[in-house]
Amino acid sequence: MALTNEIVKQKLTEKFGDSVTNFEEPFGMLTFEAPKEMNLKVLQFLYDDETLGFRFLTDLTAVHYPDNPGRELAVVYHLHNLRENFRVRFKIFTSIENPDVFTATKLFAAANWMERETYDFYGVNFIGHPNLKRILNVDEMDYHPMRKEYPLEDRQRTDKDDEMFGRGEIFPNQA
Amino acid sequence: MARPVRYNLTGERDLKLVKEGPIGYAGEGFMATTLDQIIGLARKNSLWPLPFATSCCGIEFMATMAATYDLGRFGAERVGFSPRQCDMLLVMGTIAKKMAPVVKQVYLQMAEPRWVVAVGACASSGGVFDTYSVLQGIDQIIPVDVYVPGCPPRPEAILDGIMKVQNLVGKESLRRRNGEHYKALLNSYGIE
Repeated sequence: MALTNEIVKQKLTEKFGDSVTNFEEPFGMLTFEAPKEMNLKVLQFLYDDETLGFRFLTDLTAVHYPDNPGRELAVVYHLHNLRENFRVRFKIFTSIENPDVFTATKLFAAANWMERETYDFYGVNFIGHPNLKRILNVDEMDYHPMRKEYPLEDRQRTDKDDEMFGRGEIFPNQA
Repeated sequence: MARPVRYNLTGERDLKLVKEGPIGYAGEGFMATTLDQIIGLARKNSLWPLPFATSCCGIEFMATMAATYDLGRFGAERVGFSPRQCDMLLVMGTIAKKMAPVVKQVYLQMAEPRWVVAVGACASSGGVFDTYSVLQGIDQIIPVDVYVPGCPPRPEAILDGIMKVQNLVGKESLRRRNGEHYKALLNSYGIE
């Protein structure tokens, strides 16, 4: 029996009840959300269950929603069932003041570098990660550049005339 | 039938190997000039390029080295891939901030005298990559002699840049690299 979105949704609701919420199907791919404390329980269940068997972590990243107070950072897991060739997307939300999330490295070895990258660019603090340090950016960097708190351009530059590049008044609030 | 051999030089009897010799006093069978000019002449016609190619400008440099444009015509035939042998560093392409220490180390490994060409918009100024991860021009970490504009520059532009370097090399005083001015320049980049 082929895996469908309905089966996955039904299994999750049976196991976790109302904790797993916000079921969506953008472009046919099942997407759902859980409280951030439950991320490992849900991942473990998706991994262990015989029918589901999501044993491959395709991608792990984060999204910054600055207009979403208390839920600024979303951590997104893309999971793949290789036997059925079936994918789901799993999201957890956390506040930006306290971006602590349990690490998935015990479950997926692939999560190691992906979590380092997510930490590097978004500052998500993965609790229990064996080696949580910057992976792509220079070690001296003291901020997380993919957060939507910074202008895209390097503000240190003095040789470019802002007026000529049409950005003199774009960020008037930022020094 | 065998092709008749024809010499390109037909009619040009007084061909000289060096068309513009150094200024000096010449007579029948001898010439006297300054050591600076002789060494400058030798250096500028035997530059050893060290390509530091990270992106599309490097591809243009490959075309510059190849048969159509042929950098070998300018005495820079031998591309060395060891900084210790080379005297002209060509930085071609985007240099990420994480790559910056590598560029600097390569520069430090080169022996004096050494010249640097920033080829293309990215190496010269960061180019379109005006962002947190890209070095905004290699002149933030090492002194640059010649900038070649373009995105990427055509091989002619790279050749023009190398001819500009040759011009600098040929006219450089032998004392320049020992001078206070040069030391101050290197110190401003944190190089002893």
